[in-house]
Formats: sequence, structure tokens, C-alpha cells
Amino acid sequence: MSGPATDAIPARFKPGDRVTVREAYPLGHLRTPFYARGATGVVERLCGAFANPEELAFNRPGLPAQPLYRVRFRQAELWADYRGPARDTIEIEIYQHWLEAAP
Amino acid sequence: MRSHHDMGGLEAGPVVPSEHDYAPWEKRVDALMMLLSARGLLKVDELRRNIEAIGPEAYDRMSYYERWITSITQTLLQRGVLTSDELGRRMEEMKARHAAEQAQ
Repeated sequence: MSGPATDAIPARFKPGDRVTVREAYPLGHLRTPFYARGATGVVERLCGAFANPEELAFNRPGLPAQPLYRVRFRQAELWADYRGPARDTIEIEIYQHWLEAAP
Repeated sequence: MRSHHDMGGLEAGPVVPSEHDYAPWEKRVDALMMLLSARGLLKVDELRRNIEAIGPEAYDRMSYYERWITSITQTLLQRGVLTSDELGRRMEEMKARHAAEQAQ
């Protein structure tokens, strides 16, 4: 269900970019897990642009479509007490409006 | 604030896999969801939102398809497809019919 290019918000990030998940806790239907908020990772790929599910959840159109990224995080970045190998990662699909450029 | 359903990373104990055959009512709930989606009366994102809105105590007690039918019903009420009055009266009718069948 990729949105047509004419009705999609332009992609701000590209693979390899460092991004930080916004530390926001609004009411509503949120598609960014609690544990990832405030964490910094690297864009692994752009998945496409999709109608915003946080709007669709209220029976609104969710357009223009939001770019969706797969972002890779180090497990140790997400869990303070992580004891596994430092190379362990997790990938989470996150919409652009939840991401900011990381320094 | 963390929503009750958003439990990634919390202690949850061991995962106990259990398989069961779907009961006829569970298959009907699935079919209802498909039909309502196809007719534009419900979006899967609304289904999710209303599942997440179930109170924590009820959320933990309900089975998968109990959550679905609760959420489908809420969505149809919100959209004005059903009214609570219609729903309540229909449930009373069904209860009475079931009781009459049991009595036979």
C-alpha cells in the first residue's frame, strides 16, 4: 500500500543516517514502541511511504503518506542491563514523524 | 505514559506455546473482520486502537478473539453502524433464545 509519490511526504533520511527516536508520550494510537523512544540508531533502509496508521486508527485518511524506515539499534542502546554480545542489534520499523537527525 | 499493551522489554516469564483448534465462534469473528474491512466499515488500525483501549485487567483476562470482538463492537459503535441500545436488546434476545433452547 505504498502511497503515490505525489501524495507522500519527502524522505528526510537515507540508509546510514543516524537518527534519534523522539521522546514523546502523547495519547492516541502510537506505532513506536515505548522502549525505543529516546534511543539513537542507524537507518537500515527506507521501506516506502504509507498512510499514517496513527491517523487511520481514528478513521482519518492519514495522508500525505509518511515515509517508513527500518532503523537498527544496538541492543545495549535500548536495555541498560543488556548482557549479550556488543554486536547484537534489533531492527524496528519507525515512521519519519517519530525520527530526528542524530548529531 | 506507557500503554498497557506496549509491554516490549518488561518481565513476562517463560513463553508457554499452546495450540488449539479454533472454535466456530472464533472463525465467525475472523470472517466478520474480513467482511467489515472489505466493505470499508472498519480499518485494521481501528481494530488495533480499540484492542489497546481495553482496560488492563480485561485485556489480560481476554483471549485473542475475545479482544477482537470487543474491538470490532467498539469500532461499529464509534462509527454509528450499531447503537448500544440495538446491541443490548439483541443480546437479551439471544440470551432468551439460548435459555429456551436449553429448556427444551
